Amino acid sequence: MSTALVTDLTIFVLALLVGIEVIGKVPATLHTPLMSATNSIHGIVLAGALLIGVTAHSVAGYILAFVAAVFASANVVGGYVVTGRMLKMFKRRASVEKASQ
Amino acid sequence: MSKFDTSIQLIYVLAAACFVIGLHLMNSPATARRGNQISTIGMVIAGIATLILLIHSRTVTGVGWAVLLVGAAVGSAIGLYSAQTVQMTAMPQLVSMFNSVGGGAAALIAIYEYMHDESLAGGVLGTTTVTAVLDVIIGAVTFSGSIVAAGKLQGMIPGQPLIFKGSRLVNVALAVVAIGTAAFLMTTPSLPALFVMLLAALAFGVMMVLPIGGADMPVVISLLNACTGTAVAMAGFVISNWALIVAGALVGASGGILTKLMADAMNRSLANIIVGGFGTGDSAVAIGPGDSQAQVRSIAADDAAIQLAYASKVIIVPGYGLAAAQAQHGVAELAALLESRGIEVSYAIHPVAGRMPGHMNVLLAEANVPYPQLVEMDEINPEFARTDVALVIGANDVTNPAARRPGTAISGMPILDVDQAKSIIVVKRSMGHGYAGLDNELYVNPKTSMYFADAKRAMSELTAAVKTLVG
Repeated sequence: MSTALVTDLTIFVLALLVGIEVIGKVPATLHTPLMSATNSIHGIVLAGALLIGVTAHSVAGYILAFVAAVFASANVVGGYVVTGRMLKMFKRRASVEKASQ
Repeated sequence: MSKFDTSIQLIYVLAAACFVIGLHLMNSPATARRGNQISTIGMVIAGIATLILLIHSRTVTGVGWAVLLVGAAVGSAIGLYSAQTVQMTAMPQLVSMFNSVGGGAAALIAIYEYMHDESLAGGVLGTTTVTAVLDVIIGAVTFSGSIVAAGKLQGMIPGQPLIFKGSRLVNVALAVVAIGTAAFLMTTPSLPALFVMLLAALAFGVMMVLPIGGADMPVVISLLNACTGTAVAMAGFVISNWALIVAGALVGASGGILTKLMADAMNRSLANIIVGGFGTGDSAVAIGPGDSQAQVRSIAADDAAIQLAYASKVIIVPGYGLAAAQAQHGVAELAALLESRGIEVSYAIHPVAGRMPGHMNVLLAEANVPYPQLVEMDEINPEFARTDVALVIGANDVTNPAARRPGTAISGMPILDVDQAKSIIVVKRSMGHGYAGLDNELYVNPKTSMYFADAKRAMSELTAAVKTLVG
């Protein structure tokens, strides 16, 4: 195994453990927004899709790069906007709560 | 590693830290918004770093830039438009579609790298093969599986479990083909074999989700979300990019935990759901539909309004029917009217009511229902005995007392103790079954009256009737 691979694996395993810990106490109310938030984070795949461009110099490469860029950017932009929309309602709810007190 | 590469990787680490902090802030409604903002900042940082990397490489051709920028613009427009116009009730489908394209993009990255490496003199490295194969399989299964899940929720594909004779056999065959070609690829680099594996994985994704009933869709979407994360992490291995590895692993792990939390709330094991088919026949139906029709009492708006207007405590039990009919504003109006008469109103939120955990909270928050009125199952169950009227709106399986007995499809699932209330009004379009395919024993309870109407119409009729009644 190369050093690079060992480093990658180490990062992967540690990130897995962080992922398990970080949402440990989330209330059921936030399950849907949380799912949506993690959904937008995997939009990071856009970085990978764009990096295809570094070596893509053929028609097949261009097609793959194009489709991957469309898919990944839809994921990342849509994911953040929809999560923001959901959470905005929670904020409004907090102000309702304040108003009713 | 050159100085430039090191700086880029460090910027990626900064982006990853933003994701972790952002996710952590999602633990509480008070900080959740800031969490999403920090996570967005992380994504922008990662995006800029990637652009710098592309420019610095000097190998992106003119056509390459056009392809990438037009692709990103088209995808962003699609994502932005769908996210801004989607109804809150259709949210789960949209999340599922984002899973689908995310998984698809991850698979495409691996396919591209494999093709590219194969064309080089050195061929494909062994480690690249392992991660590329995993990426393609997981990404492809997520891609097609998520489309089927979204189609089921949208009603384009029937929600009930679809099982045909020999479908299990087809699943096994597809899995054997995928794993077989994967094993072959470990020893022999071959592009055709990679495509065979891709097709088998795509077909497997479809076949995996088709037999799963609509009630289990939230868990399935969460699982597919975790799968997308894992596929993205694998893509990160293929192109040795830390940002993808960290973000993908984060989503894979937190998505997995979330999936388990959801499955626990339904008291079902993940294996059970996947192998599944809720209500596919082996459980005895408690009451024949013919008998139940005879004992069901239906009620008109005026009578229901009298019950509500002269109650001192009302608990509203919302379910998917409320979401499907977009009745959240109507129910909030009715509740406000009752409250103005000094009636204590609260909402009982079952963990899996609707199609996603927390779905009801989001919808009712949209209708400006004050947060303290939404009470979770364990807290509200003791309250039903002191309740004059339980108003069940489009909720079915989560109120079925049959869950308390062994031997039914929903046995053991925690339910709302609606049957403890002094009287029960059920708003429902018909006597149709819930996803479990069971008759609901609550409906034939002597204390229950059925109000057959679409939830939105029922809410406006009830509000009008209460208004005329109390002037």
